Amino acid sequence: MSSPGLGTPYRRREESVTLERMEAPLAGTQVESDAELFTINMGPHHPATHGVLRLLCTLEGEVVRDVTPLIGYVHTGIEKSCEDQQYWKVIPFVERMDYLAYYFNAYAFCAAVERLLDEQVPPRAQYLRVAHMELNRIASHLFWLGTSALDLGAITVLWWALRDRDMILDLFEMSGGQRLHPRYFQVGGVIEDIPPGWARKCLDFVAQMRTRIDQYEALLNENPILLERLRGVGVVSQDRLKQLGVTGPLLRASGDPWDLRKTIPYSSYEDFEFRIPVGTVGDHYDRYRVRIAEMRESLKIIEQAVEGIPEGPFITTNRKVALPPRHELATSMEALIHHFKLVTEGFRVPPGEIYEAIESPRGELGCFVLADGSSKPARVHMRDPSFINLQCLHDMAEGELIADLIAGIAMLDPILGGIDR
Amino acid sequence: MINATGLELTARAIGEAVGEGSVRDTIFFRDQATLDVRPEDVHRILSHLRDDADERFDVLASLHGCDYFPHEPRLAVHYQLLSTERGERLGVRTRLTVEQAETTGVPTVCDLFPTADFQEKEVFDFFGVRFEGHEDLRRLHMPEDYEGHAQRRDFPMGGEPVLYTFNEHKVPRWYE
Repeated sequence: MSSPGLGTPYRRREESVTLERMEAPLAGTQVESDAELFTINMGPHHPATHGVLRLLCTLEGEVVRDVTPLIGYVHTGIEKSCEDQQYWKVIPFVERMDYLAYYFNAYAFCAAVERLLDEQVPPRAQYLRVAHMELNRIASHLFWLGTSALDLGAITVLWWALRDRDMILDLFEMSGGQRLHPRYFQVGGVIEDIPPGWARKCLDFVAQMRTRIDQYEALLNENPILLERLRGVGVVSQDRLKQLGVTGPLLRASGDPWDLRKTIPYSSYEDFEFRIPVGTVGDHYDRYRVRIAEMRESLKIIEQAVEGIPEGPFITTNRKVALPPRHELATSMEALIHHFKLVTEGFRVPPGEIYEAIESPRGELGCFVLADGSSKPARVHMRDPSFINLQCLHDMAEGELIADLIAGIAMLDPILGGIDR
Repeated sequence: MINATGLELTARAIGEAVGEGSVRDTIFFRDQATLDVRPEDVHRILSHLRDDADERFDVLASLHGCDYFPHEPRLAVHYQLLSTERGERLGVRTRLTVEQAETTGVPTVCDLFPTADFQEKEVFDFFGVRFEGHEDLRRLHMPEDYEGHAQRRDFPMGGEPVLYTFNEHKVPRWYE
């Protein structure tokens, strides 16, 4: 065993426990005592599974020999429901898939429809989208940090992380009117310009968050419990991860700097200066460090986006796609007609099919939209990163202790709303 | 990004390597390249695209099903390939009728891309496309005893009765 985590006192203590007495056969019976496997269900209702994930575990004592995720417990048929909605009404549906990364879902869908319409998004809207998506990335990572630390036995971090996430939700409330699922992104831009004072508040948050991340790192980076639980555990090779289609922080922790924001930029990500944090070993500890470092890079992007935000319209001026401004309705008959058409029928999208992929906090979030020329999509499919990444849980947990399986789920960061859709 | 010419060249290379007529059509729409291929050749085409030195699409980004109702052939399976070297995407889609989907189906690509495992199960669950050679083809999201394939366009939306004590004798086939 060359894994660095296996030499720690905690490991040795765990391994010193034997089941000799329990395995000893009763007097007068003949039993093969070696390698008795037993199968247990973990979930669907288990706090450490981050939702309703059911794991069928085959155990040999404390060691996991096999684990099969069984999903579908929160399947709500969102993709099917989207086929019965006008394009602009689909946005609230897709936001509820990966419910911690709602801006990303909305963006993936809007970008696919914009591509189908061949609609250009004004630069101001692109910058506003970037600022909101990166805020959302930090919020999502903070929630991951809090719940993961809770799984590993540290309660403090949960309160700290949710306290900071609350500041982000305040910003969302200020710009979009809602703290969660704000439907802020529209096809062609965003629904409203940011209110006065938002930029100031956002930059204040960025300045404050920097010291907060320092605090998290001071608390956790060299925490002996965390190190023992995470270092050298759950290593999966880079090639295997690629075969399994795993993307996002999990792939970057194994050393591959693959990030769609850099490799295939969208929404003017090419304008911003940021780096891609990568790991070296590919264990749970690297996964933790990569996500923390990503939060810092996101702060940089937010700062650049808010400070460099261009003037201009915040949504496309094409009245066939975007609602006219409210004040025009009182004076312009044409605006009234456009408003009426958009609200009752919605806009029509020319036939075609598009697969649009973006980098969500968990990896490649792809949205496939098939348009048949009507005002409702014929098919909406989300390639959700949680769904694909879940397949590497087996590789992560096999041969490790059952406590490491819990750490594995925590570091996988699965969102069951996205997995089951 | 692949351009229209590159797509035609890829299609011709596949025709030479896999067999004449394996690529039915090429679609270049809004800067996205898609090959329409014969269902029985999917495995060989994807293996060519993965291993050929000129192609090297090393990641299967997404695999999903689609229903083109009322057009025929109705059902389709989409493969979104990604080359991490060049940052290029290529879509491969295969269309098949309902009979084809339920009998011969499509060869599985789990051996080429292990990531296809869950997604092929999902397509089987929602569209009823069989993946020939898949080790464990079963429903993924819906219960195992569920009837029908929910994402087909002719599958009705809603209307599935929920079993409560007050209606358990009225809901059809509650006793089964």
